[in-house]
Amino acid sequence: MAYVPLADQDSEMEMHHPHSWVTKYVWSQDHKVIAIQYGGLAIAVGVVALILSLLMRMQLGFPETFDLIDPSSYYQSVTMHGMIMVVYMLTALLLGGFGNYLIPLMCGARDMVFPFLNMLSVWVYALSVIILLSSFFVGGGPTGAGWTLYPPQTALAGTPGHDMGIVLMLLSLAVFVVAFTMGGLNYVTTVLQYRCRGLTMMRLPLTVWGIFIATILGLFAFPALLVSAIMMLFDLLLGTSFFMPAVIESGTPLDHNGGSPILFQHLFWFFGHPEVYIVALPAFGLVSDVLSTHARKNIFGYRMMVWAIIAIGGLSFVVWAHHMYVSGMHPYFGFFFATTTLIIAVPTALKVYNWVLTLWEGDIRLNAPMYFAIGFIFTFIHGGLTGLFLGNVVIDLPLSDTYFVVAHFHMVMGVSPVLVIFAALYHWFPKVSGRMFHEGMAKAHFWITFLGTYAIYLPMHYLGFLGVPRRYYAMGSTDFIPESAQDLNAAITIAALIVGAAQILFFINIFWSLRNGKAAGPNPWGSASLEWQTPDTPPKHGNWGDELPTVYRWAYDYSVPGAQEDFIPQNVPDGDEPAADEQHFDSDHGVSKAGA
Amino acid sequence: MSDAAISEPNSTLVDDWSADKQAYHVPWGKAMMWIFLVSDTFIFTSFLTGYLHVRLSTTEPWPLQSEIFALSFGGDPIPLILIAIMTFILITSSGTMALAVNFGYRRDKQKTFWFMAATAAFGASFVGMQVFEWSKLILEEGVRPWGNPFGASQFGSVFFMITGFHGLHVTAGVIYLLTVAFKVKKGHYDKKGYEIVEIAGLYWHFVDLVWVFIFAFFYLL
Repeated sequence: MAYVPLADQDSEMEMHHPHSWVTKYVWSQDHKVIAIQYGGLAIAVGVVALILSLLMRMQLGFPETFDLIDPSSYYQSVTMHGMIMVVYMLTALLLGGFGNYLIPLMCGARDMVFPFLNMLSVWVYALSVIILLSSFFVGGGPTGAGWTLYPPQTALAGTPGHDMGIVLMLLSLAVFVVAFTMGGLNYVTTVLQYRCRGLTMMRLPLTVWGIFIATILGLFAFPALLVSAIMMLFDLLLGTSFFMPAVIESGTPLDHNGGSPILFQHLFWFFGHPEVYIVALPAFGLVSDVLSTHARKNIFGYRMMVWAIIAIGGLSFVVWAHHMYVSGMHPYFGFFFATTTLIIAVPTALKVYNWVLTLWEGDIRLNAPMYFAIGFIFTFIHGGLTGLFLGNVVIDLPLSDTYFVVAHFHMVMGVSPVLVIFAALYHWFPKVSGRMFHEGMAKAHFWITFLGTYAIYLPMHYLGFLGVPRRYYAMGSTDFIPESAQDLNAAITIAALIVGAAQILFFINIFWSLRNGKAAGPNPWGSASLEWQTPDTPPKHGNWGDELPTVYRWAYDYSVPGAQEDFIPQNVPDGDEPAADEQHFDSDHGVSKAGA
Repeated sequence: MSDAAISEPNSTLVDDWSADKQAYHVPWGKAMMWIFLVSDTFIFTSFLTGYLHVRLSTTEPWPLQSEIFALSFGGDPIPLILIAIMTFILITSSGTMALAVNFGYRRDKQKTFWFMAATAAFGASFVGMQVFEWSKLILEEGVRPWGNPFGASQFGSVFFMITGFHGLHVTAGVIYLLTVAFKVKKGHYDKKGYEIVEIAGLYWHFVDLVWVFIFAFFYLL
């Protein structure tokens, strides 16, 4: 039963070499090509969701002026915007895109453990996107039930897309879960079993930690979504009553009775809350590495950061019912979930402090990725602080289903991960393409996006306090909402249109730079982590040439006193480095003793 | 089951996880199967939790399983007799699977093949009996996913959904076992090693274990 560790195995082991254009770029088993396929598709579908949100904003800002959408298509836009952004864009881009690209490179592996399954993952994901988008073209259109898909209203005749739209949505989600599971098994197993020599878990870059824990959350949380999708499909197609209570619709009783709508809410949010952290944890990891690299400082409190990621991951499974405070649950239940919700703020705040302390007295290089990363700290603090309001039952009740909630979750899990995604896309673009992007255009993109998001979401908090309800097609005239709220809505819409249009800068920048950007060289940022030390840029199939790298240190040796450059890459042995100041650096433990 | 043999004598969990080596001393395929099974556990847990919840929420009485799942051989009906036989067969198949794993590590290809084939045959007969159970309930008793003559409509919904999902797992397992068994016979794993037999076995034991929970929560409770 002699067992050869992977790091010692032959470099040619089970590598699937492409033989033609099709196996190289379409049915590719190379994690880097799969990452680009995942990321490209996720961004494309994200653009669809962005356009839907702009349609909604035009209606809200100028209700009588544009006839682009009617009440039905407004609800369909709300639903599809939310579901696409959360599941098909953020989850797929952060885990399928960045996870696929960075995990094998940062772990010093040649590929994922099971490349064939990885390839299936991206194509099954593509199938789920096709099913989802096909609902735009069926009779009745896509579902308009809101992204939470609460029964019984999803299935009732008043809801747009209650016949075909909702079925396609649930089918697409089930297929997505299958795709995610195939990819997720690869990510987790690769991190656990495929690290190169010297790379202990506690030397992994925080990016890998974030994606690793998020993937575990996904593997445990998506089953609840799959099961609720299957049960609701049965309710819709077979006439079962899992979620459907006795309902009288327009005077006619439906053929359902005894089902439990609350069961769906529990299953959905048992998936839905970890989902927030499935999106947030990879973003935490990516931003940590971007901040550390561009501040030329080791990440502050690396061990704390790792344990905070693990703690947040664990806690995220016991907070789900804070989405259900208004569902009429037992007050003690709300008390429990409010407590766990506020506890989860502790490790999260700890991470924010550590990011700020990483910047403290750093040799900060203010380039575009760093702009986005610092912008993320701002938006995340704002989104996090409003979370304290909504986590408390008594404050949540009046704010529930108002624009305050919309502002909160867009700041904390919309804008924040998106800023990190832009930071990361700009940061790793030179490695992926071998060329630099246009710095000025990227900075213009940042300022419009960053200031624009504040122009959009800050007023929404105020609208929420006024009691303006979310998901309304038009406000009409009410006693409690002053007319000036409409002016605010118009201003928000103008800001949203500008921010939406500014995203074109990003695409122009990427496509222009692919051709005309100046050559980046292997390591333009002077980064210490392993993915920048590949023999080729962009890395070739197999990543590491003839020999796998060996790691001697953690990924954060920046501004090392006496080092030739101001950093030491992970794969440089202790002996080769100019004597590091013992007091500042303890390479055995990979922990900076001097701290900040 | 061979973890202890592979692990170094003094290595602890913390040593393994903090070292620059694989977190588990197993081939990646086995680690991946374990992670998949934990994920699959969450699927079945969600199903069973959902079942217990609708059983409480439904307004009509829950049917008596011991009467519905009874067969009479000439004389009095014997409650749950078919389910008992199915359970016995599935647990027996876990035994033959364990033998197949053992012979796999001894590189006895013939015996490995035959024990895997026997396991698959037990699995196939389990699915066959499930087909019999389903067709009896559907055709003779008039049980449908949306309703049944005995009581709460959720009874039929849960029954078809959970046993159907488990039956799909068993069917997939039979196909998986047969695929591996024929590859074993051809000597496909002589170079790579016979861990694949154990990996297939893990899946099979899991499907078996899930059945025990379905049996306890759905048929007995």
